[in-house]
Amino acid sequence: MLLLNASGCLDALTAPEVASSLDAFVTKTVTPEPRAGNAPVRIAETEHGMLNSIGLANPGRDVFVTETLPLLTRTVHVPIWVSVGGFCVRDYVETCEQLAGDAVACLELNLSCPNVDEAPESAAEIVAACREVTDKPLYAKVSPHSWDMAETVRAVEAAGADGVSMVNTLRGVALDAQLRATLARGAGGYSGPALKPVALAAVLAARRATALPIVGMGGVCTGRDALELIACGATHVAIGTVLFADCDAPARVRDELVAEATRAGFEQPDDAFAFALQNVARLAN
Amino acid sequence: MSRPRRERLRVAGVEAVGPYALVRVGRGGIDPGVPGQFFMLEAPGRVLPRPMSLCLAPRGELAFLLDPIGPGTTALARLERGDRLHVFGPLGNGFRLDMPRPLLVGGGIGIAPLPYLAEALERPPAVLGFRSALHAEAAVLLPNAEVVCDPTLVTDVMPLDRNVLACGPEPMLEAVRALVPDAQLAWEAPMACGYGACYGCVVEVDGELKRLCVEGPVLCFS
Repeated sequence: MLLLNASGCLDALTAPEVASSLDAFVTKTVTPEPRAGNAPVRIAETEHGMLNSIGLANPGRDVFVTETLPLLTRTVHVPIWVSVGGFCVRDYVETCEQLAGDAVACLELNLSCPNVDEAPESAAEIVAACREVTDKPLYAKVSPHSWDMAETVRAVEAAGADGVSMVNTLRGVALDAQLRATLARGAGGYSGPALKPVALAAVLAARRATALPIVGMGGVCTGRDALELIACGATHVAIGTVLFADCDAPARVRDELVAEATRAGFEQPDDAFAFALQNVARLAN
Repeated sequence: MSRPRRERLRVAGVEAVGPYALVRVGRGGIDPGVPGQFFMLEAPGRVLPRPMSLCLAPRGELAFLLDPIGPGTTALARLERGDRLHVFGPLGNGFRLDMPRPLLVGGGIGIAPLPYLAEALERPPAVLGFRSALHAEAAVLLPNAEVVCDPTLVTDVMPLDRNVLACGPEPMLEAVRALVPDAQLAWEAPMACGYGACYGCVVEVDGELKRLCVEGPVLCFS
């Protein structure tokens, strides 16, 4: 089991020691052109989570490859996964081609950002096209909005994905005291504790459909949350919103996970994965 | 600059200052930092911590002035002596202190960083603006400051021949900057993390987006 950050929830250049306390660091999504991101207000806390509407702020792939990536390899002491975004299949393909160097351990295709316009092609089409141009491990990050997670996962697996990451944020809206949308763009991505049941359901449905590695994420705040994701079929676990409140979360969640696994009768956290397969079988009957 | 630390600190006391609350916590191993830097305070029962600039640094303590207007600041104002909360800081860039003729300018809850700044600068003159007489009670934190209340604005009375260090609502900061282009201005924005992770705290200044937690919160444009 690897503990990662959810893409967009950590900047390794401003917090290299936090990034290095994970098992792998996932970058903010890289797009072909530089993006300043959406106008403020960009974040809003809600009762059990938060909304963000950052809008994939990033320096663009050229600057990322020539400047950001060399800096990351010097400052981050764990494997680097690069999150790849775009607005059409060609955007994804060309960025994957540019990320062929040894500095990149894995490519995660962001197929589900709620804060920008989506590519017109299906997730499977984008994965298939990227598979043609890269031998690196290719993960597909999918949306929790899919009604049929099993179908989505089967499609990206058939297209050549090596793994799936789930879930991205849910689309949400918050209103201020005057009943106006708090975020400048109106809707944003909903994350935090409220997302956990959604993530557990998505991972369980995906695990019924595939044997591929799954990076489970959504509302993980504690080791117990991480253990629950593994018990639903996650191979790896990522943390996101909790990093905003607690920069020491990686070490804490890892320690708590070991303690929670012991309490649940497992010798080690990974043993909870066998339990996931029982959960899946029970649901299938 | 001192390295930020995250520690669970004990509340030493919470006092009302006009409509505001001054929350004092034991300092632990956390450095008070440079005036204008800020700390992320765990808000009991909330998902995200709240960014607060340091108001005062009494011996062994850190003190934060906050306006209890939302669920997070209200929860913080309701803390009691002996309660514990996580505090992370000092964060961001504070004020430059090497000014020959400093003048402090504050508006509303934006006076929060000025008492600590005033100590560092050996009590320079200050102009404070508030929206009501009740809010103006907070001026007790800066003895000898000139105080104005709505409809009079700080920009109506502040001298223009000084090195201005200001904190307050955005319209006040823009108005101060129009009169004194090289003023150091401490900005505010909703913020999730305080250490560059979330990209949430941008403000748009002259058409450019600035990430306040790492580029600010104190910005100077000339």
